Amino acid sequence: MSLWEYANPRRFMALSGAALPWVWVAAAVLCTTGLVWGFFFTPEDFRMGTSVKIIYIHVPSAFIAINAWFMMLVTSLIWLIRRHHVSALAARAAAPIGLVMTVVALLTGAIWGKPMWGTYWAPDPRLMSFLILGLFYLGYIALWESIENPDSAADLTSILCLVGSVFAVLSRYAAQFWAQGLHQGASLSLDAEENISDVFWIPLVIALAGFVALFLALVLVRTRTEIRRRRLHALAVKARTA
Amino acid sequence: MIALIARDLRLAFRAGGGFGLGLVFFLILATLVPLAVGPRPTLLAPTAAGVLWLGALLACLLSLDRLFALDQEDGSLDLIATAPLPLEGVAAAKALVHWLTTGLPLTLIAPGLSLLLFLPTAAMPWLVISLALGTPALSWIGTFGAALTVGLKRGSLLLSLLVLPLYIPTLVFGAEVVRRGGEGLSVATPLALLAGITLGCIAILPFATAAALRVNLR
Repeated sequence: MSLWEYANPRRFMALSGAALPWVWVAAAVLCTTGLVWGFFFTPEDFRMGTSVKIIYIHVPSAFIAINAWFMMLVTSLIWLIRRHHVSALAARAAAPIGLVMTVVALLTGAIWGKPMWGTYWAPDPRLMSFLILGLFYLGYIALWESIENPDSAADLTSILCLVGSVFAVLSRYAAQFWAQGLHQGASLSLDAEENISDVFWIPLVIALAGFVALFLALVLVRTRTEIRRRRLHALAVKARTA
Repeated sequence: MIALIARDLRLAFRAGGGFGLGLVFFLILATLVPLAVGPRPTLLAPTAAGVLWLGALLACLLSLDRLFALDQEDGSLDLIATAPLPLEGVAAAKALVHWLTTGLPLTLIAPGLSLLLFLPTAAMPWLVISLALGTPALSWIGTFGAALTVGLKRGSLLLSLLVLPLYIPTLVFGAEVVRRGGEGLSVATPLALLAGITLGCIAILPFATAAALRVNLR
């Protein structure tokens, strides 16, 4: 029994079909708990006031936006090396979700930035890197959409994802080089001496887990839809040629 | 490989090859910017380096979609692919020709155009050096983008969407070299990073380009 058995679409469909309701429940429960706790049962920050509460959407969406690309990188590698179709379809499924999360992070950041920094947008490396990440998502999705043959589309987007990852990291450091930041440092690091206070930290981690579950659920749904669409297409071709 | 380079160079220089279009575009851009921004040298001088780099980048982008598309239309790409030269070599040769026909002439005329934009004299040598170092990266990245979109009917718009984000690091470091050079600061760090990006692109991207070409020729 190995992980690769789930590369078989039939097995993947069976497993994901069984797991999906539980993932949805986890996503709903964790998101609700984290967000309600964060919005209504945490004290106000002594400097930021009520606006600190936007952190419960801003940080998890930014986290998903970055890690969705990382997941696409891993699944693209699996497709290029082992030719498992489910892997390529999962990468395709994750891209629009990552793009939406990037936009959410940018928008909540802008809404948060107005009262805190006095501006919606600043020439800041982090903000710029996120905008660039959004552009990479757009290019990736556009390439998927414009190639008809599904296998060459999977190949080409995987190559783009690999090259794009290198350049996305480069762009991040280039952006740091380009301007000094207004954005605060990381508030959740495993290696930092001091993170944000536990009062904010616990609901934030719950919201993060909720967003991860939500991402997983959405990727599973979209991958299953893609597999079904492939099957429909195969059936239609068969019906036409028969 | 040399035969391929010579053939592509001949094709580029003779009628209909499109050589010089990028240069004229660069010239027009350098003319339009002062008209759009206003004739004040105090306003133009600080932005000149960025505008020139941006112009070079867009001029490079212009000629990318014909890089493989013409060869694919008349079938010579298939012949080139079956030749004993590995596709990685073809990718490198195509990128080199693209640089010789766009990047290099752009670098050579940039000092002249920088007068139009009131670039500080101290920054001018750095402009030439940074363009000479940075434009090969633009050509190599662009060749990769062209290989990704070679099979598509309306690929040129998609090509710019794919390639422009990849140009960001080169643009940042290139423009930074000129800015620092103009202000008399040390340019060692951005110059080294720019050279690193170019060398990395030359070393690694032909493999990605060849992989994309193989998929598209399948």
